[in-house]
Amino acid sequence: MTDFTMSRGDDGVAVITWDVPGKSMNVLSMDGAQELNDLIDQALANESVRGIVITSGKKDFAAGMDLKVIAGMKEANGAQGVFDGVMTLHRLLRKIELAGMDSKTKKGGKPVAAALPGTALGIGLELPLATHRIFVADNPKAKIGLPEIMVGIFPGAGGTTRLVRKLGAMVAAPFLLEGKLSEPKKAKAAGLVDEVVEDPLAAAKAWVLEAKEADLVKPWDAKGYKMPGGEPFHPAGFMTFVGASAMVHAKTMGVYPAAKALLSAVYEGAQVPFDQALKIEARWFTNVLMNPSSTAMIRSLFINKGALEKGANRPEAPDQTVRKVGILGAGMMGAGIAYVSAKAGIEVVLIDAAQASADKGKAYSEGLMDKAISRKKATEDQKAELLARITATTDYAALEGCDLIVEAVFEDPSVKAEVTRKAEAVIPADAIFATNTSTLPISDLAKASARPGQFIGIHFFSPVDKMALVEIIKGRETGPVAVAKALDFVRQIRKTPIVVNDARFFYANRCIIPYINEGIRLVAEGVNPTLVENAAKMMGMPLGPLQLVDETSIDLGVKIAKATRAAMGDAYPDGAVDEVLFWMADQGRMGRKAAAGFYAYDEAGKRQGLWEGLDAQFPRADDQPSLEEVQHRLMFAQTLEAVRALEEGVLEDIREGDVGAILGWGYAPWSGGPFGWLDILGAERAVAICDQLAGAHGERFAAPALLREMAAKGDSFYGRFGAGKKAA
Amino acid sequence: MTDAFIYDAARTPRGKGRADGSLHEVTSLALSARLLNAVKARNNLEGHAVEDVIWGNVTQVKEQGGCLARSAVLASDLDERIPGLSINRFCASGMEAVNLAANQVRGGAGQAYIAGGVEMMGRVAMGSDGAAIAVDPSLAMKSYFVPQGISADIIATEYGFTREEADALALESQRRAARAWEEGRFDRSIVPVLDQNGLTILDRDEYMRPGTTAEDLAKLKPAFKEMGEMMPGFDKVAMLKYPHLTHIDHIHHAGNSSGIVDGAAAVLIGNEEFGRAYGLKPRARIRATAKIGTDPTIMLTGPVPVTEKILREAGMSIGDIDLFEVNEAFASVVLRFMQAFQVDPGKVNVNGGAIALGHPLGATGAIIIGTLLDELERQDKTMGLATLCIASGMGAATIIERV
Repeated sequence: MTDFTMSRGDDGVAVITWDVPGKSMNVLSMDGAQELNDLIDQALANESVRGIVITSGKKDFAAGMDLKVIAGMKEANGAQGVFDGVMTLHRLLRKIELAGMDSKTKKGGKPVAAALPGTALGIGLELPLATHRIFVADNPKAKIGLPEIMVGIFPGAGGTTRLVRKLGAMVAAPFLLEGKLSEPKKAKAAGLVDEVVEDPLAAAKAWVLEAKEADLVKPWDAKGYKMPGGEPFHPAGFMTFVGASAMVHAKTMGVYPAAKALLSAVYEGAQVPFDQALKIEARWFTNVLMNPSSTAMIRSLFINKGALEKGANRPEAPDQTVRKVGILGAGMMGAGIAYVSAKAGIEVVLIDAAQASADKGKAYSEGLMDKAISRKKATEDQKAELLARITATTDYAALEGCDLIVEAVFEDPSVKAEVTRKAEAVIPADAIFATNTSTLPISDLAKASARPGQFIGIHFFSPVDKMALVEIIKGRETGPVAVAKALDFVRQIRKTPIVVNDARFFYANRCIIPYINEGIRLVAEGVNPTLVENAAKMMGMPLGPLQLVDETSIDLGVKIAKATRAAMGDAYPDGAVDEVLFWMADQGRMGRKAAAGFYAYDEAGKRQGLWEGLDAQFPRADDQPSLEEVQHRLMFAQTLEAVRALEEGVLEDIREGDVGAILGWGYAPWSGGPFGWLDILGAERAVAICDQLAGAHGERFAAPALLREMAAKGDSFYGRFGAGKKAA
Repeated sequence: MTDAFIYDAARTPRGKGRADGSLHEVTSLALSARLLNAVKARNNLEGHAVEDVIWGNVTQVKEQGGCLARSAVLASDLDERIPGLSINRFCASGMEAVNLAANQVRGGAGQAYIAGGVEMMGRVAMGSDGAAIAVDPSLAMKSYFVPQGISADIIATEYGFTREEADALALESQRRAARAWEEGRFDRSIVPVLDQNGLTILDRDEYMRPGTTAEDLAKLKPAFKEMGEMMPGFDKVAMLKYPHLTHIDHIHHAGNSSGIVDGAAAVLIGNEEFGRAYGLKPRARIRATAKIGTDPTIMLTGPVPVTEKILREAGMSIGDIDLFEVNEAFASVVLRFMQAFQVDPGKVNVNGGAIALGHPLGATGAIIIGTLLDELERQDKTMGLATLCIASGMGAATIIERV
């Protein structure tokens, strides 16, 4: 098995082709890097080789480093292992960059060009950046960039150092700090690549044969090099770097170690010669890899997210690809589900009680496509094709031949029961019926079905076209084919699934509600609402609890509270929360949609500061809790609920618990999710915090028995339940 | 322990720190050397009379670099055997020079020192020496770095000072400084700046705007609002450190912040024996000195804890102090000091401060000690406390006692 092969043509150009066997995309392993190193050595030593072109045997160049390899380096030999591994890559890329030239005169090197047929990400761009010229195919679908920051690391194979030296810190910032990806023409305009051509391999070969010695010397290896925009103690550079720290700090709320480390690598590296800068980059990269946050982020956002999307928890069942989906209810959710389904090439029947409503639901797709066209992300043809797949009607007979139904009507059991019966009268006997309920138990709704084994919950999040998570809920009688169907459907629409068992509010909402409630409870206690919101954001939550409840609406909160209270009776624990919620509702402050909630809004509906009326109703307590206390309350409220969901068997796989939390409600991504966070804290410390919180604030913070047991045994969640090990 | 006494305190007038400022033509070296010569001449000192010259100076690059203190000694009429020490504790450098000198004398390391400092802010730009805390991400983020103006605005927000209060303090600074000049209260300290031919370059503080009105100040735009709220958004960094704040009130502007000026100051410090040898009468004893580190984000609150510290160490209480000099780096710094100690504003910065007169960074600490002593003498009071806030979160203080 070889990842790289070399062939030499009569023209004297050695073409090194990257083509990892058995994979649709090239990823770099350490073995692959060694192969490439040996081929480069051979080509440089061979006098009949005039130049080298590195290309790919696949339609794309490469997706990046195999992150499992990086994780492996760390496991094998800790910091030393990572550092040594990274330095090996630096030596390889530096060898390509210097290409055999004399270290003083910079003469005598062989030209090396990169020919990229398509997408080049991560090391797939870092390797080309080390060559002397980058040619990319004119392929608007190709993505060029360095997305490492998205999984909690940063470009550590020289990409950071080379891009900053090439473009300057300011221009390189969006590519490094935000992981911005560009199509080839934009990548060229930004200076990431050199040429966009029809045939990159031919162009690269031609260039290699024509290249002059001066073309091979990188600016940073030439005498008198000055960093674009100025190094940190150049007057202009100084302002850039002062601002960069502030912006990164504010944007990451200080919780993402990778952004900080990246910026340090840039700052320190900019003040020393190139080879020293690479060493600095390697040290900071190692530092990030050794940070538990990066381990947790890679695990949840890359490895486990990928595994779940590939069907890690799919039951054995024949292919269940959806061909025709019937969507009952063309409201906001139904319309969104219709759009994502049609976009995936699935035929859609969108049904509502009135034709006007059904049409309105279909118009939603039209609106989204128009927006995409105006942004040049879609064409008129694509719009026409997509809309042609959606039939908007009131006629249940149109459901004939549907292999999947997604019911998204009003949250009323009797309405749902009625449409279930009407649909089942028409659809094939083996069709699967899914409900998109977010509050009603699946097993109860299944009672209306003649085939409860084929009845399942598929819970979408709003807005459907943006939210990546889909929660699949198994009712008591749901069979494996229904689960497989739901998973295959989610894969078709390119979202990430989790599969949970049926219980009140399933998984995501069950955890979100206590988070919101804890925020409201703090306000009721007279804690400064600004502190509440900031405390949440400083833990990496995208929205504070008060902003979140404004977004989801106060009346929904009231409705849920009333229903929960009715269901639980005397055991209902959230009276203090309701007092606030009900009072807000009485004031008509229903949240964002009413342009009045915990926040104030201007006439255009834009959120302003927290509403000043809160202070009058909930006078500020003299003793304000510490930031940490507020953060613990807000985080444990959600996190303990996730543990209870695991204990109760609602969650069967902690990977789903973590991935679902991050994608479903934005749970502090830096932590890798609730179970990732508890592992970072350690069960023992987590229990100690629970004990303290329970003592001060009540039994809702009592450590679940599982957590207490793990603390006693010194277990971690991923040690005990990781990688598919099912919770007992 | 040996007592350290102040025998003389002198300063140059403060020139506007810009291209059209009167002192802009004068080098840091020349200004320093001429002030050293003035101290030597006023006190009939021999060239070897002092142990060392300790010279505060913040931006130690270009002409202020390369140990300016040593260069100034060599350029002056002092003997070459006097060495020269440049020091930097930002805005308190001049005070730290005095405190160091006093403590050397108290400890028996030499009989006398000239201590003071210089800053030619129009010639060597503030910040042009770089600063890791501002620019090195590993520290900028750890310390929640924000520029000083933002820090001053955080103080206003956290402790509840309004734009109107800050402007009122600025007006009062202008009024008091004007009155001080009218009544000749600075006469004893001021050493006019002369050229090499003995011709006068500047003999009066020129930054003051005595006619300033509340309406004038009300028109000025907040100076730090944009860097706080827009690019690069330092307010967000501030709120990470102070998460209970909803927003930052940007109340400071050019009219209620200290002025950028050129100037120098020197204090002659010695023990009793030194005074006898030169026939000099001690004017005050350095009763106590102190310095402290504080939160670097709000940065400028140091005067409060360092005052608590110096009083504790000197076994005194706030009521024992007759007059205060609290450097007017920003209005909120002084407002916070008066709020914390509930002192009579009439006792604080009696003759105005850096808002009206300017703040030559390396010199100010020595200037306010001289100003304090002059005013104690004028009012025939005994005990004075001078203090400054300091960049990166520090504070310094000196208590002097007339003898």
